[in-house]
Parts: sequence; structure tokens; C-alpha cells
Amino acid sequence: METIPLNSPDKEFIREVQERSGQNVLTCYQCGNCTAGCPYNFAYDISVSRVMRLVQLGQREAVLKSHSIWLCASCQSCTTRCPNNIDVAKIMDVLRHMAREAGYATERNIKAFGDAFLESVEKHGRVYELGVTASYVCKTGRFWTDIDLAPAMLPKNKLSIKPHEIRGKEHVSEIFKRFRERDIAKENR
Amino acid sequence: MSISVGYYPGCSGSGTSVEYDKSTRAVCKKLGIELNDIDDWSCCGSTPAHTVNHTLSAALSARNLVLAAKQGQEEVVTPCPSCLANLRTASRKIEDETYRPKVEALLDESCEKAATVASTLQLIVEKVGMDAIKKAVVKPLKDLNVACYYGCIMNRPPELMQFDDSENPMAMDNIMEACGATVLPFPLKVECCGAAGGMPRKDLVTELSGRLLDVAASLNTEIIVTACPLCQMNLDLRQGQVNRANGTSYDIPVVYFTQLLGLALGLSAEEVGLSKLVVDPTPRLRFAGVL
Ligand code: SF4
Ligand code: SF4
Repeated sequence: METIPLNSPDKEFIREVQERSGQNVLTCYQCGNCTAGCPYNFAYDISVSRVMRLVQLGQREAVLKSHSIWLCASCQSCTTRCPNNIDVAKIMDVLRHMAREAGYATERNIKAFGDAFLESVEKHGRVYELGVTASYVCKTGRFWTDIDLAPAMLPKNKLSIKPHEIRGKEHVSEIFKRFRERDIAKENR
Repeated sequence: MSISVGYYPGCSGSGTSVEYDKSTRAVCKKLGIELNDIDDWSCCGSTPAHTVNHTLSAALSARNLVLAAKQGQEEVVTPCPSCLANLRTASRKIEDETYRPKVEALLDESCEKAATVASTLQLIVEKVGMDAIKKAVVKPLKDLNVACYYGCIMNRPPELMQFDDSENPMAMDNIMEACGATVLPFPLKVECCGAAGGMPRKDLVTELSGRLLDVAASLNTEIIVTACPLCQMNLDLRQGQVNRANGTSYDIPVVYFTQLLGLALGLSAEEVGLSKLVVDPTPRLRFAGVL
């Protein structure tokens, strides 16, 4: 197991997580309820209650480089069951935002899938499944990922061949444009 | 009874879950609910948006709530729990006067007038009610053992969703019972199926959906009933992948609650889109005398 040096807490990191999530991470007393209910715990490198502890201890690198924050599916089990009413899932979300901004993406394929999805929304206003798949394949080179589903899906007409364009697609793409221009992430702090 | 609300079908409704959209519309019509599509609705951004930024996510959802209000709808319903979570979160953000300007800045539009949001499941439970459903049933689902699977976010977190129980939801159980089915006590009702991990990390889906199918099989479940496009896809379309990964050979149909409810209300297999399902439910439904 990796050891984590605790002698230099990054206070700025603690403050930033608290402010961007609106949660008081210091009230976590490590009861482990969040971890006990986390369906992804089997795949996590750092369990969700340990992520909370590492945030309290100001361990920026260890937290932002963990795989767990990308694997979290936002299932809300932790938030629902935390006895201190901490919105743990929201903290996991905020940690992902911060990891993105810092250029970390320890689960490259998960990030690529999310990016492909949003690009499709930005372009068409609605998500276009085949487009997302094609773009995901380009980003990751994983062509065979779901090819075994095609015989089940194609005869059911469940994949639309054409994008679902909407009249207001420019309005939607402008939301993304303004988002990038304004750098909302920083404003949130 | 006449109820009229705004309707947000969500992107999967015109793709991977056409049968959910189709059966939802048919059931609502049958129950006297008028669904008015939000004209020119756009994607809520789903999970990817909120993992990038909360204000971006809120703005993508808010566009639809503002559109709905402009079209005269005070309330919008959606069948998809993931859309529901995003729309509700956005709704809460624009009610907050200190947060609203951030969303308005991205939208370039006022959010003061925006519709509220609920699930179609909640609408049916609260506005129609079990007594009315019981009365409307013409083809009881008797001799059918069903397990109702809600997925993780239909009722969670409870402060946000404000509907049913976050650990042991009963809305679909009650509807199925009102339709005459035998509802099994399914202990993994709110566990996660692997969500959108399917494409990037199939191993997570086969593990988590595998657990759900294992438990359903151990209860002698004949049909799994769902309310979420992603859950339905992982359990139905990916059931073969799950079987291959785990060395199992399950063959359990996974249907939307609106499909079974529709059949009980006298709609045809075609009207509820049964042929769109991958694991064919017709042998069991025929055996139970529903088809
Ligand atoms: S459930 Fe809450 S208090 Fe308990 S360990 Fe998790 S975050 Fe901390
Ligand atoms: S929201 Fe994420 S961290 Fe919390 S229980 Fe679900 S998967 Fe685990």
C-alpha cells in the first residue's frame, strides 16, 4: 500500500473543495457508511471515506490522481446515507472538476466518453448515439468495445442513423461557448 | 379526470428507449393525462455535464424549463431518472437567487419563469392513484412474479427528489400490485447497475448488473420491471455480455413499468413496444395469460 506523507497539508485545497462543493468536509468522522454502500468500492483504488479523510488532510495530489473519482457513478448512496448530511457525491463531482482542470484523467476512457457525449450535445442540441460512439472510438481507438451488441440492437431500430437536430441548436452551442469564455469554474470559487 | 402537463422525453426516448417513450405516452393517454411535449427541447447534458461543471449542467437543463414556462407549462414530467435528477438540480439552482445569475449568464436569458419537474412515475402515483388504476385494469397480470428495480437515482438523494422512500421505494411495487401481479421483495431495488460505465468500463457493468440478475434469479423472478433507460439497457441489452463475463445463462425479460401497466390497461403488445426488448418477454406473458 502506498504511504501518504501527512506533514504538509495543502490548506488551499481543503478550502477550495469546501467552497466549490458548499460542504463542510471537516464534519466527516469516518463512520464508513459511504464506503459500505458504495457499489463501486470493489473497483476503487481509494475508498470514498478515505477520499474524504484525504481531503480533510489536504492531500491534493493523492485525491486528484485517484481512479475512484472517475469511477464514481453519482449513484447518491453516500449522500443519502451520510449521518452528517454531507453531500459526498457532490464532493466527488467537484473533485472530478478539479482533476480535469489540473489535467489529470486517470480513467482516460471514462473521460473520453463524457467528452464525446458533450461534443455531440454542443453540435446537435441533443445527443446522437452513433456520433458519440464514433467519436469515442476515435478518441480511444477502442473499436471492438461493444460490437457484440450490434446484432441485438440493429434489427430493433434502436440506434438512429441521423443526428437529432433541433432548431435551437445554436442556442445550445452558445451555452458551451459562453461557458468556455467565462471560465465559470474559477468564478465558482 | 383531466390532467395536462409538459413532457420532456429525454434523448434516450428517441434512441435506446423508444419503447419507454411510446408506452409512457400510451399509458398516460389511457389514464387521462395529456402530455404536451416541450417544443424544441434540448439534451440535459446527462452525467457528463455535471462531471464537468455544475453551472454548465444547470444551464443545459434550465433551457428546457424556461422553454416549458414560455409554452405555458407550469410543470414538466420526464420518464428518465437521469434527466429528472439534472432538471431538478437545475430547478433548485435557479430558485436560489444568488445562484440564478450564473445560470442566466450562460443561457443569456432570464430564468425567473421556469417550470417545475417530476417523474412520470410520480405523476401517475400522485395524480391518478392506485384505486383508479385498479378500476381501469382489464387484463390483470395474475400469475406473474415481478421484481421492481428502481435504480439508484429515481428517489435519491431524498431532499432533492421528494418522492417515495429512498431505501425502499414502493411506487412501482404498488402499481404492479394494483395490476394484479405478484410483487417479489427485491432487496437490490436501489442498487446501481453500472450506469453509463457500459462503454468505457464494461467490467463494472457486468459485475454490478450481474449481482442484480443473480438476486432476481434466486427469487424466481419472471420479469424485472424498471423505470430507467440506462438500467433497462444494462440488464436487457447487456444481459448476454453479463452472462458471458460471469458464466451464467440468465434469460430474464426486463420491461418498463409502463409496458406492463399498459398491457393491464388493455393496450396491445404493439402499442407498448414489446418487440423492442432484447430478451423476449412474450413467452412468459402468454403463459400468464396477459397476451
Ligand atoms: S458517511 Fe459521511 S461521516 Fe461517514 S465516513 Fe462517509 S462522509 Fe464521513
Ligand atoms: S455516489 Fe459515487 S462515491 Fe457515492 S456511493 Fe455512489 S459511486 Fe460511491
